[in-house]
Amino acid sequence: MPVELYRIDDRLVHGQVVVGWGQPLDLRLIVLVDDEVAKSDWEQDLYRMGVPPEMEIRFADVATAIKDHASYANDPRRSIVLTGNISTMHALLRGVESIRAINVGGLHHRPGRKQKMRYVFLTAEEETELREIIAAGVKVTAQDVPAARAVPMDEVLRASPGVERSA
Amino acid sequence: MTSSAGQPDSTDAEPQSPRAIIAGHGSFPEGMISAVEQITGYGKVFVALSNSGLSGEDIESRLRTRSESLGVRVFFTDLPAGSATIAVRRIMRDTEGVILVTGTNLATLLEFVFRGEETPAEAARHAAEKGRTSLCAHGEG
Repeated sequence: MPVELYRIDDRLVHGQVVVGWGQPLDLRLIVLVDDEVAKSDWEQDLYRMGVPPEMEIRFADVATAIKDHASYANDPRRSIVLTGNISTMHALLRGVESIRAINVGGLHHRPGRKQKMRYVFLTAEEETELREIIAAGVKVTAQDVPAARAVPMDEVLRASPGVERSA
Repeated sequence: MTSSAGQPDSTDAEPQSPRAIIAGHGSFPEGMISAVEQITGYGKVFVALSNSGLSGEDIESRLRTRSESLGVRVFFTDLPAGSATIAVRRIMRDTEGVILVTGTNLATLLEFVFRGEETPAEAARHAAEKGRTSLCAHGEG
């Protein structure tokens, strides 16, 4: 079964992913792609504790995720592939050409980022990277939860220069 | 904190210092404290922190700051998979004596309020048990 959602979300495993998307999509498999988490048993245990028993969570660094992507896409369970930042998703996209759409679910405030939407803050470098992904023909939308409208990211990037928020 | 009848005494002048932090989604923390205040008058036993609009790092940072400044080591969160829960688990990694209760409901918090004679850890464990047993479905549908 094809992966249901490729999502960029800096909180990784949290309520919106496990419940907000997990229940309506009937997700049974989360693939968390992150080079740091893939190296840390402690981090993996932390996220595993947050996942309900009916869901499996797998951890992979980018190289492994590219190599194993076919197994995620052929898994009979509904699945989500999750990264914590744009560059990790971009690397995955470069290695797996069959991914044609991604979801920006949450990139929150931090120094150097400007606010684009309520839940999307971007640095100039991140904007550039998103434009490259869009230019490569990948559909990029921002949508934090299923009930919200999926907003085309190119519209967001065109709309305003963004607002810097104090910490 | 309670009168001789075991009920909260609204004229009780005993200061209500925070004993726990409630963290979770949206207005859940503030809403829960509002409900505790309405029922008992002891809403100030809790401090609220919403995860709205915050990164995981910021949630953890704010929880650490509040915990340290208040000397509070008990955290109540809503979802076991929520970002506030994840943040508290990170704090537990390097901070001794932290107690985390997930799946918090109103019954949990009311029980905690009325266990002021116990240590916060004991009160939190009893509160979790109370919250668990309060959850049930009625009716035959």
